[in-house]
Amino acid sequence: MDLSLSTRTVGDRTVVEVGGEIDVYTAPKLREQLVELVNDGSFHLVVDMERVDFLDSTGLGVLVGGLKRVRAHEGSLRLVCNQERILKIFRITGLTKVFPIHTSVEEAVAATD
Amino acid sequence: MATVELRFSALPEHVRTARLVAAAVARRAGVDEAVLDEVRLAVGEACSRAVGLHQAADVPAPVRVALVEEEKQFSIEVGDEAPRTAPGERAPGAGPGRGEEPEAEGEDEMGLAVISGLVDDVEVTAGENGGSIRMTWPTAS
Repeated sequence: MDLSLSTRTVGDRTVVEVGGEIDVYTAPKLREQLVELVNDGSFHLVVDMERVDFLDSTGLGVLVGGLKRVRAHEGSLRLVCNQERILKIFRITGLTKVFPIHTSVEEAVAATD
Repeated sequence: MATVELRFSALPEHVRTARLVAAAVARRAGVDEAVLDEVRLAVGEACSRAVGLHQAADVPAPVRVALVEEEKQFSIEVGDEAPRTAPGERAPGAGPGRGEEPEAEGEDEMGLAVISGLVDDVEVTAGENGGSIRMTWPTAS
């Protein structure tokens, strides 16, 4: 299965909907997408991972890279995820302390802190 | 001899194949359904790391994955042939374009961190002729 990406704007936030498998092969596509958004001036990103079936450390690396880029512009990167097997990867790597993780896109878009 | 052995060119697109094969053999060996996700992730991490090491050191050899069904346990050994001159040292002339993105730094360590977080029984070895990661899970049989 490949990676699917789509973006939409909600207020001043850009929602990136990701589907499929994020691994060593597909992660560069996600990286490109995040870099492009930041280069185009979108600094408040919400990455919706509800349709992600698989995530590995390469994918985590890309998300951390995205966070670093938006922070350079005083932006934010929020995640939406309810899937236990994906959340587990964030927990064992300690990244739950780095990323705000929300249960819905609506909640992530409304969040300000 | 391994129950199933897999050798693949050190390219990222084949890591998914290794994950699928490993999960299928693990299921057959009697690894608990709830643990299969962990097997899939751990073997993917080990293979991604091996692919990265081969590419960085320009090693043309394939990555090896041995899936071994034993009494009451199932093991996966992922072997690479990338030489380690010193712990953590990168081979000279690392592959073009790879590892230059800032977020690529430390991905290696993150992969290992994920593996050790997921798998209780893991053994990492490295030497002049390459390294290996051996992971073992209990089976129900």
